[in-house]
Amino acid sequence: MPKDTSIKSVLIIGSGPIIIGQACEFDYSGTQAARSLKEEGVRVGLINSNPATIMTDPLTADSIYLKPLTVESIDEILTIEKYDAVLATMGGQTALNLAIEAGKIGLWDKHNVRLIGVDLEAIDLAENRDLFRKHMENIGLKCAPAQIANSFLEGMEAAQDIGFPVVIRPSYTLGGYGGGFCHTAEEYPELLRRGLEASPTHEVLIDKAVFGWKEFELELLRDSANNVVIICTVENFDPMGIHTGDSITVAPAMTLSDKAYQDMRNQAIIAMRAMGNFAGGCNIQFSQNPETEEFIVIEINPRVSRSSALASKATGYPIAKIAAKLALGYNLDELKNQITKTTSAYFEPSLDYVIVKIPRWNFSKFPGADLNLGLQMKSVGEVMGIGRTFQEALQKACQSLEDGRAGLGADNKPFVQIDDVLSRLETAQDDRLFRIKDAMNLGIPVTTIHKLTKIDNWFLNQIKEMVDTENELSKLKVIANVDHARMLELKRMGYSDLQLAYILNAEEEEVKAHRESLGIRRTYKTVDTCAAEFESHTNYLYSTFDTENESISTDKKKVVILGSGPNRIGQGIEFDYCCVHGVMAAKEAGYETIMVNCNPETVSTDFDIADKLYFEPVFWEHLEAILDHEKPEGVIVQLGGQTALKLAEKLEQKGVKIIGTSFDSMDLAEDRGRFSDRLKALEIPYPPYGVADDVNEAVRVANEVGYPVLVRPSYVLGGQRMRIVINDHDLERHVLSIYKHMPDNKVLIDHFLDRAKEAEIDAICDGDDVHVMGIMEHIEPAGIHSGDSSAVLPAYSLTVEELATMTEYTHRLAKDLKIKGLINIQFAIKEGKVYVIEANPRASRTTPFIAKAYQEPYLKHATHVMLGHKKLKDIRFDPQPQGYAIKVPVFSFNKFPNVDKQLGPEMKSTGEEIRFVKDLTDPFFRKLHSERSMYLTR
Amino acid sequence: MSHLSKKPAVLLLADGTSFQGFAIGAPGTTTGEICFNTGMTGYQEVFTDPSYAGQILIATNTHIGNYGAADSDEESADVQIAGLVVREYADSYSRHLADSSLQEYLERKNLTGLEGVDTRALVRHIRTKGAMNAIISSEELDLDKLSQRLAKVPSMGGLELASRVSTKEPYDIVAHPQNHKVAVLDYGTKRNILRNFTQRGISVRVFPAKTTFSDLMDYKPDGIFLSNGPGDPSAMPYAVDQAKQAQATGLPVFGICLGHQILALANGIPTYKMHNGHRGINHPVKNLITGKSEITSQNHGFGVSPEAIEANLDVVEVTHRNLNDDTIEGLRVKGKPVFSVQYHPEASPGPHDSNYLFDQFAELLETKVLPA
Repeated sequence: MPKDTSIKSVLIIGSGPIIIGQACEFDYSGTQAARSLKEEGVRVGLINSNPATIMTDPLTADSIYLKPLTVESIDEILTIEKYDAVLATMGGQTALNLAIEAGKIGLWDKHNVRLIGVDLEAIDLAENRDLFRKHMENIGLKCAPAQIANSFLEGMEAAQDIGFPVVIRPSYTLGGYGGGFCHTAEEYPELLRRGLEASPTHEVLIDKAVFGWKEFELELLRDSANNVVIICTVENFDPMGIHTGDSITVAPAMTLSDKAYQDMRNQAIIAMRAMGNFAGGCNIQFSQNPETEEFIVIEINPRVSRSSALASKATGYPIAKIAAKLALGYNLDELKNQITKTTSAYFEPSLDYVIVKIPRWNFSKFPGADLNLGLQMKSVGEVMGIGRTFQEALQKACQSLEDGRAGLGADNKPFVQIDDVLSRLETAQDDRLFRIKDAMNLGIPVTTIHKLTKIDNWFLNQIKEMVDTENELSKLKVIANVDHARMLELKRMGYSDLQLAYILNAEEEEVKAHRESLGIRRTYKTVDTCAAEFESHTNYLYSTFDTENESISTDKKKVVILGSGPNRIGQGIEFDYCCVHGVMAAKEAGYETIMVNCNPETVSTDFDIADKLYFEPVFWEHLEAILDHEKPEGVIVQLGGQTALKLAEKLEQKGVKIIGTSFDSMDLAEDRGRFSDRLKALEIPYPPYGVADDVNEAVRVANEVGYPVLVRPSYVLGGQRMRIVINDHDLERHVLSIYKHMPDNKVLIDHFLDRAKEAEIDAICDGDDVHVMGIMEHIEPAGIHSGDSSAVLPAYSLTVEELATMTEYTHRLAKDLKIKGLINIQFAIKEGKVYVIEANPRASRTTPFIAKAYQEPYLKHATHVMLGHKKLKDIRFDPQPQGYAIKVPVFSFNKFPNVDKQLGPEMKSTGEEIRFVKDLTDPFFRKLHSERSMYLTR
Repeated sequence: MSHLSKKPAVLLLADGTSFQGFAIGAPGTTTGEICFNTGMTGYQEVFTDPSYAGQILIATNTHIGNYGAADSDEESADVQIAGLVVREYADSYSRHLADSSLQEYLERKNLTGLEGVDTRALVRHIRTKGAMNAIISSEELDLDKLSQRLAKVPSMGGLELASRVSTKEPYDIVAHPQNHKVAVLDYGTKRNILRNFTQRGISVRVFPAKTTFSDLMDYKPDGIFLSNGPGDPSAMPYAVDQAKQAQATGLPVFGICLGHQILALANGIPTYKMHNGHRGINHPVKNLITGKSEITSQNHGFGVSPEAIEANLDVVEVTHRNLNDDTIEGLRVKGKPVFSVQYHPEASPGPHDSNYLFDQFAELLETKVLPA
């Protein structure tokens, strides 16, 4: 069927704030869908409450509604503006649930709106565990033995019938929320109760646990003519038992024969065609008995998901873009492959490389959390490594994690206690991959590791090969003994120069110099969907060590934009938003734009955002190779959060131009000592502070600056391990714990301004002039991390004098630091006196928020200033303030039932939403504000 | 150090391009026409597909050998490819149902290959320059000497290979229960084609390629099948003759791949050598009769001339077209129960989307009339 021309306008529902299980992958899908529909001449409206998204940009859609995702908002929008159809498959479970709820109360009928790309019955079928299982059995597919339970008693009976171990799966929840494994009758009642409570329909499915089976995921597209194609097959490195969002995954499947694969493909197609009538993306998960190669169906998601984002990046096939066109009525065989532009969209991508996804956890933010991985997703982000082989992709993924790893081990952090290692193999936590290698280093045989982990032997043997390789290498003693063949072999296995340096007790620079003297350099390959069978017209690249280099460096004026890597608490989607705007602004300023990032969930890693995309770890060796190859005019580090900023020093040493604010100015702002000296010289007040190298010194400093004090390690993100303490005893305990977890770190001690108000300013400076974008006042008092605070724009209770002082300090400081681009300054205000707490010489978490609240493209302006393309006086700012905008933090505590939910100086929120209120009498504001006193009483 | 302990090997193309790598399979020297397959599963099925006779195969999928080798995955009794080029060859494998590692299997089958090659660069080279002859050796690394040997290898164009891979003696496979009997002209048939027949209650007698038509008719078949196979169809006048006679019997006739090309030739439509062929398991084909599309398994270096078809629309009708390049993927002869496809509905390896064609043939054996 061709395009349905009766659909002239579509409302897309977004996924709201980032929570665990629903992250920026839905910004990617919503953005692609909106652009795809606009391409078809459709008027696009978009509702989402998350301000830090590209999808809610005027560039993406025709009308943006930054409103809470509620049926009331939908009703309000549809009353004002007419839409022919609504697309709810791009915003995750949140959007689907909203569409169902709106359908139930008759909103779609009332406004004469069609739901496209989805079948509500199919959703119900997929979400209702019991219906789903029966339906699958009806069409001849197998599921794990299971029973449904709607009450505690039914649940107890079910377990009795099925026998332990069992899986508890609550109906209609997200990211496996409330679900889990249960091995014994003792722990069962509590887990059952939790599951029943988690389900909005008070329903759980009790499944027989199939431990040790392999797990696969297929990403499919289906059109209204019932054509189905498999875009990507993903094999889980971690077998059944760990949520796929928390599993290390690999594409293409590594251990499947054609017979087994086609069996699974056939079943997927049968299942898909039996899931109602819808057109779009879909995900189906299977489990395979490795002995018989039989499959059982685990679940189906009849919508675009986190896995679709990964599959899109893994294959180059823009799933959301095509899914949106299918929702409009197109058939797959009527559309073109977006990468080759000549071949059909109706095909199944072929990979001539391997991708490995590793989740990024942030357990240190949730002290007391159950660290064991299971059915409930706990990771906050993910990275993808692309390599020509599994080993290379695996190591590149490790290099992308940004937790100090230089690859898979060989980087100074082995575990050497056998018992410790063995227990970590059996019960998976965030570090299992690394412990597997440690175990092999300790001589534990692969068979034992397989027994404990159930990870397929093929994967384990790949890691074993690395261990053997390293042992061979270490026998060579010095780097000069590594010849060309061995060096090529090592680099092809994904080893970073830093790892090789570690093994051979050399310096990274020595290894690099020796390697280059052997003529071994990175080459770049294209992700083209078709394994080079057809010519492609894309610049989606990854590095490897092969003979041919496909990346042709142009002699255009160009700039590299560094991405922000994996999402984590303290650095999330807002920096991807900044990067994408940076790319677009640099294009506008006449630059060829080069994006470097490794987060598959993002818009910045979409194949048609930057002129060139290097899907590479934001890791020095990879970046340096790109710079050597591309020779850009400079690198933008201000937009990618702390990740990008951290590389500034290396760039400076290499003599590469940092676009905008210089490294020295950044260092000045980041280095507590230098910064305070500057503030003193500028006569700007700041809370007394000191630095300590040991506990005794810490006590001395604390007494000097005066209790209460704020204690934290230097150089951390999102206030990690930051505490407020009021006496020597607590101080000693906390300082000791910092040294234990983060040795070689200095401890910073600030006098804490109790009961102070907190506020922040985001500004642009061109070196001569300063433009203040906005002043935000926090509802919560000082002491709560700014990322966890509700920020009100503009300030609502500060005096005119206080505001003037803050603005004046911003001008003074930005000019003194010679900022070229963005700066964020945090203030504490106590008894009429304004103190500067810190300054961040980069895009901040709140930059996108202000841009959205004032409908002003501040990031574009800032990028133009950074590049020297424009001065502030050349820019006409036209902000559109409307009442007050509030940035409200959103938490994912329900994923960690035992965690202390109390807020403090360490950031814990995973996302944010924007709320607009007309004035301070608004009930939403009043409620938030009334909670302020709660913090003061604690 | 998997590679470092391996013997070096070299690949030389007819245009002088060479690649260094490491020896895999059996040591030795081998020649053939180079081609690439983009499938990500089913390497053993590909290696044993007789249509690949005389071809040096590049696997674009990075890892080959991960799940070992199993007798049940063989499409014929032998490894049919002439040589193998891969990026990463698995030294260890993992599959409960496997019988051996791929290395043990290839050594036993005496296949020579090399790994560690930038296969993507090689594919891009062939994509531009077209199919050409090549030589692999792990015993002679001197390019000049290899070049001399390579010069003696005949071109695939004009080469008749079907009779080499065909069965020497006729053999029967009996279906239980048996609804029909089909005579298979074996130009290099895959086992899964025969399996697809027997699964549908069709017994087969598999005849050598150069069987006389009267021998074939002695079997008293209800239908005739022209199989897939290697080489240039235009070098097979005997087969074209067989197809003409088969068509004249009025019995249902079904052709796959080489069989499809032979059938075209029998109806006056010439074939041509393609730039670099279609080999993979992701090729989109549209069925013009039903309007449905299917993902197909393909392996062919020759095609049926679209221009000649345009001029012969009174004789044949195009039933399937490739969605990527619009090439002819299926034909039926007007007024006769005769049809053929260029791709492989038996899959193995590849998607099972096109299995319905065997149902269609089974039905045709019943009704003798192609559905409109």
